[in-house]
Amino acid sequence: AAVKGGLRFQVSAALKEGHVTPTELCQSCLSLIKSTKFLNAYITVAEETALKQAEESEKRYRRGQPLGVLDGIPIAVKDNFNTAGIETTCASNMLKGYIPPYNATVVQKLLDQGAVLLGKTNLDEFAMGSGSTDGVFGPVRNPWSYSRQYKEKSVPKSPSEDEESNWVITGGSSGGSAAAVSSFTCFAALGSDTGGSTRNPAAHCGVVGLKPTYGLISRHGLIPLVNSMDVPGILTRCVDDAAAVLGSLAGHDPKDSTTIQDNFKPFELPNLTDVSKLSIGIPKEYCAPGLSSEILAFWSKATDLFKSAGAKVIEVSLPHTRYSIVCYHVLCTAEVASNMARFDGLEYGHRSDVNKSTESMYAATRREGFNDVVRGRILSGNYFLLKQNYEKYFIKAQKVRRLIANDFVKVFGSGVDILLTPTTLSDAVPYMEFIKEDNRTRSAQDDILTQAANMAGLPAINVPTGLSERGLPVGLQFIGQSFQEKQLLTVAKWFEKQVKFPMIQLEVKRHDHSAFQHQKSASFS
Amino acid sequence: VLNRRCVEAAVMTGLALNCSINKKSLFDRKHYFYADLPAGYQITQQRVPIAVNGSLSYSLCIDNKMSQMVTKTVRIKQIQLEQDSGKSLHDDTRSQTLVDLNRAGVGLMEVVMEPDMCCGEEAAAAVRELQLILQTLGSSQAVMAEGQLRVDANVSVHHPGEPYGVRTEVKNINSIRFLAKAVDYEIQRQIEELEKGGTILNETRAFDSKLGCTVSMRDKEGKQDYRFMPEPNLPPLILYDTKSLPANLNHQQVVNIDWIHERLPDLPSVKRAKLVEQYGILPEHSFTLLNEDGLTEFFENVVKETQMKPKKVIGWILNDLLSYLKQHSLTVKESPVSSFLLADLLNLLEKKEISSTAAKQVLAELWKGEGKTPLEIVKEKKLELIQDQNELEQICQAVIDGQENEVMAIKAGNRKVLNKLIGLVQRETQGRSNPVLVKQLLEKKLSE
Repeated sequence: AAVKGGLRFQVSAALKEGHVTPTELCQSCLSLIKSTKFLNAYITVAEETALKQAEESEKRYRRGQPLGVLDGIPIAVKDNFNTAGIETTCASNMLKGYIPPYNATVVQKLLDQGAVLLGKTNLDEFAMGSGSTDGVFGPVRNPWSYSRQYKEKSVPKSPSEDEESNWVITGGSSGGSAAAVSSFTCFAALGSDTGGSTRNPAAHCGVVGLKPTYGLISRHGLIPLVNSMDVPGILTRCVDDAAAVLGSLAGHDPKDSTTIQDNFKPFELPNLTDVSKLSIGIPKEYCAPGLSSEILAFWSKATDLFKSAGAKVIEVSLPHTRYSIVCYHVLCTAEVASNMARFDGLEYGHRSDVNKSTESMYAATRREGFNDVVRGRILSGNYFLLKQNYEKYFIKAQKVRRLIANDFVKVFGSGVDILLTPTTLSDAVPYMEFIKEDNRTRSAQDDILTQAANMAGLPAINVPTGLSERGLPVGLQFIGQSFQEKQLLTVAKWFEKQVKFPMIQLEVKRHDHSAFQHQKSASFS
Repeated sequence: VLNRRCVEAAVMTGLALNCSINKKSLFDRKHYFYADLPAGYQITQQRVPIAVNGSLSYSLCIDNKMSQMVTKTVRIKQIQLEQDSGKSLHDDTRSQTLVDLNRAGVGLMEVVMEPDMCCGEEAAAAVRELQLILQTLGSSQAVMAEGQLRVDANVSVHHPGEPYGVRTEVKNINSIRFLAKAVDYEIQRQIEELEKGGTILNETRAFDSKLGCTVSMRDKEGKQDYRFMPEPNLPPLILYDTKSLPANLNHQQVVNIDWIHERLPDLPSVKRAKLVEQYGILPEHSFTLLNEDGLTEFFENVVKETQMKPKKVIGWILNDLLSYLKQHSLTVKESPVSSFLLADLLNLLEKKEISSTAAKQVLAELWKGEGKTPLEIVKEKKLELIQDQNELEQICQAVIDGQENEVMAIKAGNRKVLNKLIGLVQRETQGRSNPVLVKQLLEKKLSE
């Protein structure tokens, strides 16, 4: 069966017209997951339930009553969202074997729309990290490592070196979701974004990564990292798809008091042709130290693109940008320390065998259950929350956070519609290089361009822009105004159309014919 | 997610205790590790609670005499909303702790009083009044034995004129009676300790109800740093009054303080005053009526159904009915004598168809709950007062005839001996004669 691997809209149409059935689609994806197992993108594959959901969807299509655009569409969910009856681990020993009794609101919404849940994707342990390398199930490999584009450009450093040691990271912490979308094993995936965890891997894997406005999408059932910054993220292969998924997820949830009450109206993205009324802001502080000249070049080209299309492009300043990373670390670790307090081994998850006393059981359970990244952040966070430090660190950081948010308010208030910045400092680095630095250092470096949006609660999106000299994806980030996702996505869609990011030419050792065909037709979109 | 009913209950209670309601209050996380705290933190209101600066008035009897009551006031520092933890049951025989998480996360209201009370009796009276208020408002059923109202007492001693001493916190108090005992014991213990030359530690102690003493709970070493942090999942709680209520807000989403104020029921103190005014009973009567669940209603029902004056009815309610209930450990609801039955009985008395002695006998019969009406019992036991004047006259005459000496004494001026004759008539009639009427008849005959 000729499966359209590209735009979901096309697949939806294909499903509606009966060119392909949900079951065929589901099976094709499941088989591709098996062929791409070496990517380590999935922690759990829910084959049985997925096929059942596909069957149900098929019945609906036969009756001519699909639930909507997402009916029958295979999706994947990051393993820090609760899924009823399906193991949810957060890539941690602490939750190995944990089977939640309920679905996260966003998962439930997708299922209610008829989406087919293929499985749970890999991440950094408890979403802490920027490489998707620090989970207990091992690192996720960027599918582009196995692309013709990368292979053509890579120069083996020694004759013995092969692709096994040369593979590059996905970025993180939603690396599994990004890899899953990038490698065509699903059509959309849920990630989470606290400091850039959806946009960063989206950039490295060449997919669209949307971070919605804080308060637009329910966090109920998303195992929390930083309650005041976490949002569910959406990863897709094109902007239209992201808008469609957003439409089915956004809106008030009585179970999450931080979601806004206003009624959300799902929208169709207009096909913008005239950008002359648009004002694009280029924040000068985002020309950060360590930004590769390549990325800088892509950014420049993009601003030129807007200029020549008639848009107003102006340099703006977000003066408190340089404080945001330290501020983020204080607030992030403080909330992490608080949120991780619930993992004590008593009610669920891992419990140590040590049982001399409650305290010793707690201590052993937490030492055994958490990796050192998590433990490090808990210790830091508790330090900042101590009575004698609270004012100096936590309160101070909250004040600076307000200043950072105000920077954006001022800029948007001066007539700028959207900000355009790079998403990452460089293209994806090889795993062997990445692990030379520790998680803390890496996070501090890699989050720098993305986390201000989390601090300010603003919507932001990574749009794949082009390929680097090494043949790897480079993305650019658009930051929008609060709850103006429609405007943000409209501009992003225009940009996507202009840059025509190339399809990945995945070269995978194939065992089954259908997967090969899948990949072949993917280049047809 | 915040429970609306909890907010309303806290506002009601705050208003009833004359507090200022904070239109904006905040939620915080208080972190500590304990088996009955599944999240590793408790959500509470440390920075800005929902209500502050109120007062509670309560009454005490001086010298245990109900007739002398004095009113006192204790200031309310604040009321805060917080989460309950689970319940720990310690199994010492197997060295394990069993944790029941069913109530973990349920909303609680903590009422913090200022140290304005001076002894166990005051503490008990204040808490009793608070209990009645909570029950009247419906914020809580406040039954201490069921853990619906939990009381921790903070006790310190000092010489007059000196600053307050170091305080200890006494926990595990399960009834109002034990509260008074615990407080008094702790005061005594501290005084003795200080007079010995010792010091008081700022510690937590548990009340042992069997031994009637407080015991140190030395399981907390040093002061805990709770690492308070704002609760990120609960936005600030905004309350409105009619003035500040924006027009476009959904009614379901707001709590209007004025609206709640208008709907507050009569507080116990108001109810008592009304009872005194309406029925002419004494203040101490009103206390007893309110103290007993359902008794006020019972009393008012009887008053409705009988011609007897409330001032007289109250005696039957408080002396007779209540003592029967207490003797048999029954609540008013469980009373075998309904308000209708009692009213019937009192009506017979009021119409002078029976004497009050007879009435008490009838009540004793009614208590058996055999389903007989007062009239039936009266007829059965032949307790009716003799209505036939001639019959009475004959008996009086017979008595006079049989008591020559006494008659002579009376005629000589010793009126007191008349009572003996009245008594004899009563005996003859088996209590079925109206003493007032008998006295009249005897006097008439003796003066002839």
